[in-house]
Amino acid sequence: MALAVGCRAHPGRSRDNKTGSWRVFKPVFDHEKCSKCGMCQTLCPEGCINEDAEGTFLPDYNYCKGCGICAAECPKDAIVMKQEEK
Amino acid sequence: MMQITEGSFAVAEAVRLCRPQVVSAYPITPQTHIVEALADFVANGTLDAEYITVENELSALSACVGASAAGSRTYSATTSQGLMLMAEVVFNAAGMRLPIVMSIANRAMGAPLSIWNDMQDSIALRDAGWLQFYAEDNQEATDLHYIAYRVCEDHKVLLPAFVCFDGFILSHTYEPIDMLTQEDVDKYLPKFSPPERLDAADPVSFGMYATPEYYLEFRYEHDKAVKGAREIIAEAGKEFKALFGRDYSAMVEGYRLEDAETVIVAMGSICGTVKDAIDEMREAGKNVGLLKIRVFRPFPSEEVAKALKGAKCIAVLDKNISLGAKGATALEVKDALYGSMVPVLNYILGLGGRDVRKRDIKEIVARAEKGQGDQFYGLRTEVL
Repeated sequence: MALAVGCRAHPGRSRDNKTGSWRVFKPVFDHEKCSKCGMCQTLCPEGCINEDAEGTFLPDYNYCKGCGICAAECPKDAIVMKQEEK
Repeated sequence: MMQITEGSFAVAEAVRLCRPQVVSAYPITPQTHIVEALADFVANGTLDAEYITVENELSALSACVGASAAGSRTYSATTSQGLMLMAEVVFNAAGMRLPIVMSIANRAMGAPLSIWNDMQDSIALRDAGWLQFYAEDNQEATDLHYIAYRVCEDHKVLLPAFVCFDGFILSHTYEPIDMLTQEDVDKYLPKFSPPERLDAADPVSFGMYATPEYYLEFRYEHDKAVKGAREIIAEAGKEFKALFGRDYSAMVEGYRLEDAETVIVAMGSICGTVKDAIDEMREAGKNVGLLKIRVFRPFPSEEVAKALKGAKCIAVLDKNISLGAKGATALEVKDALYGSMVPVLNYILGLGGRDVRKRDIKEIVARAEKGQGDQFYGLRTEVL
């Protein structure tokens, strides 16, 4: 992303700006344990957990900031937060 | 056309000729006469601009930020406490690269409260990323406004500027001034045409959030733009000289520097007094000169080093102090001369409106030649 004079930005820049780089802890999903209830998607404050065609919930690591709400709320304890090394 | 007029009114008239589209300011002594005059111009129809009345200086500069981002030529004026109330917006206007021109009628900072002149206000904001011009007299104060708009709005610069002139000493003094005509200024100053502006049909945000991956680079670009303004200042000054005869192309100005052994470095109206004192000292056989600094940001380090080459002793006068360190000009001059081994002595003087007379300049030269410096000059020890 090249700098714009005066840090000017047209709409849509939050899509280009991959805020997932802020993350320290990364949610790791265990799809064996998962009951596909969708609680993680409902509660994700970033709206970055997506459901695929088979009903499997997958985090978008480009935007996930690692807040850990999904892991704390998962009724099946199917999500664990792991420290990420970059 | 030559006319005898008050400094503030002359500045207001110069601003009128620059055709600002939005003026927003809050009255504060000793700047008030400027914005009063501009309000009159708008009311009587001689200036076609929006005059936005606001509740304080923070709002005044904020209004200018919005108007400038929307593509208007904007103007404000303030001083001292008013400038400090603006401070947050001062940094933002520069970071958003908005070419706002603001007059500063330099005044001391409280506490203790003082309405009188020194340069602590604009100097305190020297790190904000604005260009800073300092005028010696009211002719220069008016001319620097045309130059400031011309430089700031250049697409290679896109920065705001303070045009500083000493409160009361210049702002309230009547002097003969050669005022340009509207035709002259229109010839010199093209219409403001920013590369990008606020537009509902093509939305854009200014001064967006920069994460740690980008902030450092924005500051680098900003610093580069301030330093790069040097060339545009020289160009704008040369063209001004070609059209109107007065030369502001150099960021510093020497006075009787030839074979000068002791050189005084100063900014603003004090330079007039220094020149008179130098003439008398020269008549008495002393080789003394003056280096006047007209542009403080960007700081003309190379020009200062070149102009001071050959001097045996340098006395820097500062109407400001970075408390706990030295005067701002002295720090910059020392940096410019680093490694030259020439003594640079600092004198803090004239704070809060204390008069500085020719005999004071002569006394400072005498002290500098004896190596006595880095001091407050003119302290009334009987009240300490």
